[in-house]
Amino acid sequence: MAAESAKEFEALEAQATTLLDTFRRAGYEQVAPSILQPADIFLDQIGEQVRSRTYVFTDLAGDELCLRPDLTVPVSRLYLERHPKADQPARYCYNGPAFRFQPQGGIEAHPREFRQAGIECFGESDKESADVEIVLLAVEAVRRAGLKDFRLRFGDIALFYALLDALSLPERWRLKLRHYFWRPPAFHALLARLARGERPNGDGPVMALAGTLAKETPERAEELVAAYLEERGLPLSGNRSLTEITARLLDHAADLRADPLGKEVATVIDYYLAVSGAPKEAAKRIAMIAHGAGIDLGPALYAYTRRFERLEESGVDLDQAIFATEFGRNLEYYSGLVFQIEAAGVDDAIAGGGRYDGLLSHLGAPREVPAIGSAIHTERLLAAVGRGS
Amino acid sequence: MAAKLFIAVPSKGRLKDAAADLFARAGIALRKKGHERFYRGALTGLDGVEVVYTSAAEIVHQLKTGRVHLGITGEDLIRETLADVDFSVEFLAPLGFGRADVVVAVPDCWIDVGRMADLEDVAAQFAGVHGRRLRVATKYMNLTRRFFTGHGVTGYRIVESVGATEATPAAGTAELIVDITTTGTTLRANNLKVLEDGLILKSQAHLFASRAVSWDAGASKLRAAILAKLKTPSP
Repeated sequence: MAAESAKEFEALEAQATTLLDTFRRAGYEQVAPSILQPADIFLDQIGEQVRSRTYVFTDLAGDELCLRPDLTVPVSRLYLERHPKADQPARYCYNGPAFRFQPQGGIEAHPREFRQAGIECFGESDKESADVEIVLLAVEAVRRAGLKDFRLRFGDIALFYALLDALSLPERWRLKLRHYFWRPPAFHALLARLARGERPNGDGPVMALAGTLAKETPERAEELVAAYLEERGLPLSGNRSLTEITARLLDHAADLRADPLGKEVATVIDYYLAVSGAPKEAAKRIAMIAHGAGIDLGPALYAYTRRFERLEESGVDLDQAIFATEFGRNLEYYSGLVFQIEAAGVDDAIAGGGRYDGLLSHLGAPREVPAIGSAIHTERLLAAVGRGS
Repeated sequence: MAAKLFIAVPSKGRLKDAAADLFARAGIALRKKGHERFYRGALTGLDGVEVVYTSAAEIVHQLKTGRVHLGITGEDLIRETLADVDFSVEFLAPLGFGRADVVVAVPDCWIDVGRMADLEDVAAQFAGVHGRRLRVATKYMNLTRRFFTGHGVTGYRIVESVGATEATPAAGTAELIVDITTTGTTLRANNLKVLEDGLILKSQAHLFASRAVSWDAGASKLRAAILAKLKTPSP
């Protein structure tokens, strides 16, 4: 759609000028990362979910490339090119095309080719301030572009992790629940199993074998597994070592010995994931759930409260806003605050963003780099502004 | 007389011979027209039908774009290739040949892995030990993605494989595969096992109708005639 109408093009250009001007005045340097990106990075770090919507192709030299499906990863790579040690804060803004496959060929709300305008803030160690800064700047940008009637939706991945940390359950199950958080159906299936007093992996033949290893040392268990494979003529293949295979069997063995999950633990998680409402109300509800369960969410809940206080002090109307504990469960690289800007009468978010502290180390940074950003879907913003006036 | 209905039939391999048998048994045997290399034919005793011989994969595209009315090809290829199957084609009749199961198979030395749910845990462990995702070798990229998504498995990436997929885990170029199997012999010979819940699709050849072509009265009548013949084989 971006490239398909000259009139639209001019309106988008004018809007982009406003957005970029807002970002630059806030101290964000404008950058233009490559549209063509190595496919490997997206596929290895973000996985097949993104690939299924990404234009991937092989060039004449046999290299696998893609048209960038968003700008966060390209801008992160650009930061690491400039600062390989990832030892300096940097603030970047951008406006440019991104591409996503649409099953029905692309419609107005979901074009195949669209333009994202956005901001990314790297290496700012005062996370609370950076969170507030990004939300305020995204709100200011859409306002200056003419959007009047909108509301904010928030979520917080770190708060959920804090809840899991505070609950009493075996570390293996905690990691599993964290890992499954991004796949709600699998998550709820696992939680239901645990709540019924069952083991995460059920009672298949694997568990029977695991049971025989229960009392062995890792070394001895490895010998037994080697003998088991030898006896049945199963050669090692598929790039996993005897140690890796044995380690998982020992995890299963530990699951067999662990006490069943307390019923109240699953209930607390279910209650928590049902919380949705104005941020202040949601905070009260979460504090009540934590109190009832006798756990302390400590710094994570404090950070949550402080962030919303500061947003309100800066003039953001939070009475209309929604905080939902479930929100943000579809983008695996987020690690803390997530938010989006929704306009009345527009189904899809005008802008979205969040904290992704883990991404840069996956892209090759020598350490974890605090990072948060936001991107505006400029065609949707233009349409929403047009409808509102 | 000018053709009123185009039907695409596989031009090589197992499906070709089975399709020829099918039409012969139905009393409307395939007949090549003119020189063999033109890859066109007719149905004996049914005027107005033009047979187009082409590959099973190409038949999917011809159905999708409406260049033929009917086509015989594998359900696996249809489900793999078309983004919206029901929007593009109609399943008219399963044909009872070209049977193949599309399955997820892992090295049989992975005795800690029995179900799809195990894969996600192995993927997390594998990423920790090896610093990369599990690689799944397959030519069924879309079927794989949809099936893995449905089972909540995400920690993998696909490497495209067009031949000898079953050899990739032993060769070290992939950790597991998604491929077709009929008897399981090839999988076993390569020390692979199918996951308990790893059946993606029980595929066979079907007669498909294109939804992208205009079905005028003449074409619809011929379609009904062909279907009737196929369903009641001649003695």
